Amino acid sequence: MKIIRCTEINHPYNLRLSAFIFGRKSQINSIMSKIQEIATYAQQNAAKLGIQKFDIYGSTVDDTSVQVDQGEPKQVKASNRSGVTVRVWNEENTMGVTSTTDVDPKGLELALQTAYEASFFGVKENVPDFSAEATIPIDKTTKNKAPQAPVSELIERLLVAEKELLAAHPAIKGVPYNGLAQRDIDRFYLNSEGALRTESHSLASVYLYSKTEEEGKKPRSAGAYRIKENLADLDIAGCVKETADKTISHLNYEKIKTGKYPVVFSAEAFLSLLGAFSNLFNAQSILDNQSLSKADDIGKEIASALLSVYDDALHPANIGAESFDGEGTPTRQVKLIEKGVLTSFLHSAGTAKRLNAQPTGNASIGAKVSVGPNFYHVFAAGTPDSLHGIPMQELSLETAENVILIDDLQALHAGVKALQGSFSLPFDGWLVNKGEKISIESATVAGDFLEVLKSIVYVEKEAELTPGGVCPRVWVSELSITGE
Amino acid sequence: MLTNTLFLSNQLPSLQYSSTRERFDETWEAPLATLLGVGRAAGADFIELFLERRNYISCLAEDDIITSISPSLATGAGVRVFRGKADCYVSTNNLTFAGLKAALEKGLSILGLQLPEPSALIPEINLELLRDYATKRGKDGWLPLCSSIREMGEILLDGTAQLNKKATHIQSRRATYFRDWQEVLVAASDGTFARDIRLTQSVGFNILCADGANRASIGERAGNTSDANFLRTWDYQQASEQIAESAGKMLYADYVESGTYPIIMANHFGGVIFHEACGHLLETTQIERQTTPFADKKGQKIAHESLTAWDEGRADNAFGTIDMDDEGMPAQRTLLIEKGILKNFLADRTGSVRTGHPRTGSGRRQNYTFAAASRMRNTYIDTGNYSNEDLFASVDKGIYCKKMGGGSVGATGQFNFSVDEAYLIENGKLTKPLKGATLIGEAKEIMNKISMCSQDLELAPGFCGSVSGSIYTTVGQPHIKVDSITVGGR
Repeated sequence: MKIIRCTEINHPYNLRLSAFIFGRKSQINSIMSKIQEIATYAQQNAAKLGIQKFDIYGSTVDDTSVQVDQGEPKQVKASNRSGVTVRVWNEENTMGVTSTTDVDPKGLELALQTAYEASFFGVKENVPDFSAEATIPIDKTTKNKAPQAPVSELIERLLVAEKELLAAHPAIKGVPYNGLAQRDIDRFYLNSEGALRTESHSLASVYLYSKTEEEGKKPRSAGAYRIKENLADLDIAGCVKETADKTISHLNYEKIKTGKYPVVFSAEAFLSLLGAFSNLFNAQSILDNQSLSKADDIGKEIASALLSVYDDALHPANIGAESFDGEGTPTRQVKLIEKGVLTSFLHSAGTAKRLNAQPTGNASIGAKVSVGPNFYHVFAAGTPDSLHGIPMQELSLETAENVILIDDLQALHAGVKALQGSFSLPFDGWLVNKGEKISIESATVAGDFLEVLKSIVYVEKEAELTPGGVCPRVWVSELSITGE
Repeated sequence: MLTNTLFLSNQLPSLQYSSTRERFDETWEAPLATLLGVGRAAGADFIELFLERRNYISCLAEDDIITSISPSLATGAGVRVFRGKADCYVSTNNLTFAGLKAALEKGLSILGLQLPEPSALIPEINLELLRDYATKRGKDGWLPLCSSIREMGEILLDGTAQLNKKATHIQSRRATYFRDWQEVLVAASDGTFARDIRLTQSVGFNILCADGANRASIGERAGNTSDANFLRTWDYQQASEQIAESAGKMLYADYVESGTYPIIMANHFGGVIFHEACGHLLETTQIERQTTPFADKKGQKIAHESLTAWDEGRADNAFGTIDMDDEGMPAQRTLLIEKGILKNFLADRTGSVRTGHPRTGSGRRQNYTFAAASRMRNTYIDTGNYSNEDLFASVDKGIYCKKMGGGSVGATGQFNFSVDEAYLIENGKLTKPLKGATLIGEAKEIMNKISMCSQDLELAPGFCGSVSGSIYTTVGQPHIKVDSITVGGR
């Protein structure tokens, strides 16, 4: 079935759409007034409790999701939730925190009081403080929300997707995991020194995970995921096609002999590994001795000169990009690795102060402020033949022999030793020989992440968009594969 | 306050209820019964209301400083509406009558139902007398008896100080603790009306040791439900000795050589093998999704005859213990496998309706934002007839998996889990420490290879993530032997 895109919608629907958008503007105004209300409650209760200094980060989420099963709706979920985290500094300038979902005056009062009590047990050195950048103007914050489609439309679209997937190959017998969701998010940051930031955006996403059954063969499965700002632009057809193609490509499988193989990581696989070892760039982890990096590693060559990695919350491909972090600091592009050289860390206001750097907009509010990546952008650092003047051949799966293409790494929570730098992980993938792909029945890949970075032999040009970032396929000279 | 009498739909806007804000008690009966009646009048086949209040705190000690005290307060409700085979789940933070009614209305409208006409009579839903599990075992008094913030900090710092004495080559030491107090109330249109209080606590160490290029990071946790004194009685001396010993051995361990080996898995958290390789596949959720190879195998042999396994909610203070599930049903003791024969599945309400297997008090959820689903509680392999010496003596060359990491199972029944502390077995003896092992296999095959079970059953706490969120569970087993399994390594 052809997927109807926004531009193809007929006239009566457009009228309805306009009315809906008008309604959304009213809703945004109402959310702004709700945030002002929270600010007022907080000010009043803080004054009552004798609290001079506080800040609040909060969000409201309104989402709807559907699942289907063999042509029938399975479950619909909807929710409207709010939550805030309150930080309070006492007269001794130690800080306490409390999170709450009760954002009425009583709930906020209790949260402030609890945070105040906790503040006397807060750290006495390197006490977190407001970000100096919490009040600087931000060029552009998102205030646009997409119209939410009726649930019946979500179900209808997902049923069609399921039907198309089941029809793609006789061996595909089910889509046990599937979902189509739409979500509106409003977030804000305010503090007692007058900072006030708000932002709103919408997301629509779909995931499909199909499973095969064939006489005399083991069940096989594969999945795909898409995300966009609104349902109208969501590439459900692309998700169906990718899921079907991947699932079908796993139908004919073989065991692989244990040994060392050249490995090509898909965008998703490489980004999931990068994410699992993100302590490498995390200034808070470095200060806590919980990182593979040290504070003075900036300038050190940690990867092949072929690789550059940025954290770029504002990348145009980042769906649902956020313009400020949990401390109100504006987000930005951070160059983490440039041509293999470690060039920067991700910072909160506190880590930046301690390491004499700038905050980078990567903080999450809490009793202990944590730091994390926003959106990775991985790319080839120049053309292969331009690096150090060394000519290098472009590599291709069409010509390479006995290469392992890893599509998806599994169980990262278990198989990654982030502080040791090692991993041993099951994966879905193929043995590729001059363009011919044979699915691998069941295998693991093991290695050291820092060695992986050093042994990158090629970074492809064409990048792929994934939920965690933009990345091309990355070729590594050799890794241990366990099969039979 | 109105009592629950028959009334017309157009009287709904004028209803005023004053339920206790700080406690889920009998004052909630009238408004919840009204909402259930409204849902039934609208044409829903079944409605369930789940209310939750949570008081959570976590504490982190790093080296010799408390670096984080994080309290968190939450209230919310979930409204589940069934119409035919379809169901809808709506969650909200707003526990006022108007807030709950709005959530119900949204759920009804999603399923194509509307609030009854103004002149329609709202049927009376007679809820049972409140089944109040919170009055048992002094639960109402648990929260104030738990450790104060000051006490938490002192105990954790004593713990990290001990760690400093016991271990060598320390790069960082951490002790973490959390206390999760939860009050829940369930009301459903079949008359279910039940309340419970749960108290879950966990404390543990993480240590990172480094010597040149050699690094070892090891963690260990203890967990408990129902004991307000849990943190006070935590034996951090013993815990620090154990973790220091493990870290010391793993610091210079060689990487495991990949291949297929017989393995012996230790008791305690070794039970993760059954959790991943079989437990999940016995949840009716998996039958519904057709992702279990065991769907039609009840009464048939699916495992080695030496294997008997249970899932139950009633073990004293274990991490997965619940008096009632999140659908208001008392927790059961469920025999899963007896001498290799599949006896029962784990079923929640929906799973029972959709698959025909009886409910087992296994409907669980992380919080009010999730609909309940069939989930494990305290799951373990029962004791067998062998001694640990018998197990080791049966292995010429294999691997002893002393300390397990986490794992997962996929839609095709392929499972995996990591090993945090392992040793090479040669001629029945442990010869050297090994690191970097991941075990992979297929559920259908591995269950027939668990050929020997020892007698030293021990349980261990774990966190299980699945369709209804992350929940507290227990895994457990005695020492067991697996005849052969693929070990991923270098």
